[in-house]
Amino acid sequence: MTQLQEVSVEELKHLVSERAIQGETVLLNMGPQHPSTHGVLRLLLELDGETVINCIPDIGFLHTGIEKNMEAKTYQQAEVMTDRLDYLNTVGNILAYSMAVEKLVDLDVPPRAQSIRVILTELQRIASHLVWLGTAALDVAAMSTFLYCFREREMILDILELCSGQRMMTTFIRPGGLWRDVPVEFETVVRSFIKIFPKRIDQYESLLTRNPLFLDRTLGIGRISAADAQNYGMTGPSLRATGVDWDLRKARPYLGYEQYDFEVPTRTEGDSYARYLVRVEEMRQALHIVVQALNRLPLGPVRSDNCKYVPPPRSEIGVSMEALIHHFKLWTEGFDTPKGAIYSAVESPRGELGVYLESDGGPKPYRVHWRTPSFDNLQALPLMTKGHLVADLVAIVGSIDIVLGDVDR
Amino acid sequence: MGVEQKLGNMGVVTTTLEQTVNWARTYAMWPMLFGLACCAIEMMGAQASSYDLSRFGMELMRPSPRQSDLMIVAGRVSRKMATVLRRLYDQMPEPKWVIAMGDCASCGGVFNNYAVMQGVDEVVPVDVYVAGCPPRPEALIHGIVTLHEKVRGEKVKDWK
Amino acid sequence: MDKKLEPILQKLQKDFDATASEYRGDVSLVITPEHIAAACKQMLEPLGFELLSTMTVVDYWPEENPRFHVLYQFTSISKNLSLTFRVPVTGVTPSLPTISTIYRNATWREREIWDMFGIKFEGHPDLRRILMPHDWAGHPLRKDYPLGYEEPQFTFNYKEIDLRKPYAKE
Repeated sequence: MTQLQEVSVEELKHLVSERAIQGETVLLNMGPQHPSTHGVLRLLLELDGETVINCIPDIGFLHTGIEKNMEAKTYQQAEVMTDRLDYLNTVGNILAYSMAVEKLVDLDVPPRAQSIRVILTELQRIASHLVWLGTAALDVAAMSTFLYCFREREMILDILELCSGQRMMTTFIRPGGLWRDVPVEFETVVRSFIKIFPKRIDQYESLLTRNPLFLDRTLGIGRISAADAQNYGMTGPSLRATGVDWDLRKARPYLGYEQYDFEVPTRTEGDSYARYLVRVEEMRQALHIVVQALNRLPLGPVRSDNCKYVPPPRSEIGVSMEALIHHFKLWTEGFDTPKGAIYSAVESPRGELGVYLESDGGPKPYRVHWRTPSFDNLQALPLMTKGHLVADLVAIVGSIDIVLGDVDR
Repeated sequence: MGVEQKLGNMGVVTTTLEQTVNWARTYAMWPMLFGLACCAIEMMGAQASSYDLSRFGMELMRPSPRQSDLMIVAGRVSRKMATVLRRLYDQMPEPKWVIAMGDCASCGGVFNNYAVMQGVDEVVPVDVYVAGCPPRPEALIHGIVTLHEKVRGEKVKDWK
Repeated sequence: MDKKLEPILQKLQKDFDATASEYRGDVSLVITPEHIAAACKQMLEPLGFELLSTMTVVDYWPEENPRFHVLYQFTSISKNLSLTFRVPVTGVTPSLPTISTIYRNATWREREIWDMFGIKFEGHPDLRRILMPHDWAGHPLRKDYPLGYEEPQFTFNYKEIDLRKPYAKE
């Protein structure tokens, strides 16, 4: 394990062009540990001077075996692993999993839980885009944006900590609703965030949107056409920046998104600047959704009544015998699910996050497969970087917004 | 003691070589960027404005191992990454320290399977383990301060 | 089931001798390995399913024939439809024709399936391991591959596990 293993050039000969083998072009390893690769991504670059002729991504350095590990745990124990997939969109991951389990066992979710789920998902979307903005700007050397973005992100993490006790890996959303009701200060804190955030987005835009240095680095860089993007399976803001209007929140509404009035920003150029503009506008629209959801928050329970799948409220366990037995059964054995296979997808900040869940009737999932957006988005990287300079490669990798936890699972 | 009495208020401090070198080492410890997964985001959060790491002299996260003294292994280390980790550790010049940040780096964390190394101390010797999944920025800062105390307590014969 | 999906299903069932089934609104077609390449080509061009959402495999060990069910999930953006293909593959030297020329994100998906399950794809330009180290033996997501977990250290077995655990030297 600690011995060094060399990959011989023979194995990779079919990937590089003739000129590399003859020694005309340079093969550079942009290794797994690199400040700009947003995680442990290894890129093998074939360079002619500074121009990139070919770029071969090598992934797998963060492979965690989550899919196999989830097969060994019951549905409730497996929730823990879902947060750690796409670690910038933790609420979205557990939402996708909860929706898949609810679809499999045909569980209902009360409306208050739906609204709070929408609020938390959209806040998580804003937090994820803030990290993207900070790191992408850092890659093109706009360092102060990084500090500003993380200042706002701290406010969102405070809101998540208020609800669940944890900043990032909250596991607040469970199959059947939520873990428990949000505390009384929730509305005040979210409203104070809503009040200050639009001005902050204006602040970021004033730093970057019409900055000639930023425009030089991103306009016309990393262009991809709509047909190519669809063929590569790209989804999310990267696809919407090429002109295709595909957002799962509008096309296949879930969680009651059809009641909210919001726009899905699209642009047509398909370059890094278009992706930047799409994501900044998405932050504004997400805030708009949060305002609407908060104004219309209904009262009621936050968990389904069906105690075969959902744990009963804590207060009932002391007084009701059935509640005690349900609780015991859920924690020791788990719940039995009908035999079948479903696929359920949500719109994560990166694209379509889908869960394929197959059950053989037992308490443990027989097969869980995560359709993660960054895996497909990253495949288009060699196409986007052909003919650009190495410095542009850094800007392009930053603009696609990949998270290696998604890619490697 | 005698020297100080004679010099009085001339702004001269006497100390031992051991204390001086340890003090210098702690106040300018440059961490190497080794953020792998979720803990890296909290490390970045610790670096950013609310919990500032530059008050410890650590604002400059050096990407190159040749120019850093501290490796904060933040995140889960898969088997494929283990060789890379050891190679980077070997490339760091002495004196060097390792902080295992988070549960996955300390003991494998939530993941107990074929793909994740159960604790990064299987490949590199670790000085401080910081628990949490992910640890709060304050917990990481506590870990760094603990490391500073450990370095302050090092004796001349333990220097590498 | 969506009304727009029915003529598409009938056409596919007729052309490729497939059987359809539905569960909780998800429609899936069982297609044999000989027809899969032609079926995927049909999905892209005449039928307008532009996106290959995902490709994955379910392992039904210890059944040997068929042992694997390879799943292809297609999404049509223009028509807002979804369809799944299930291809049963035998467990003894499993292989399928590649569709990486039709849908280009199948390149990495098929590499992942080769890495995790051991199903070879004929005609694939670059079939090598993608997630595991390049010299790893075995296919991890198969059901007969062990999870590989380490025994937890409790107080009663702390010392004996500690002796077996590898610790790094300097």
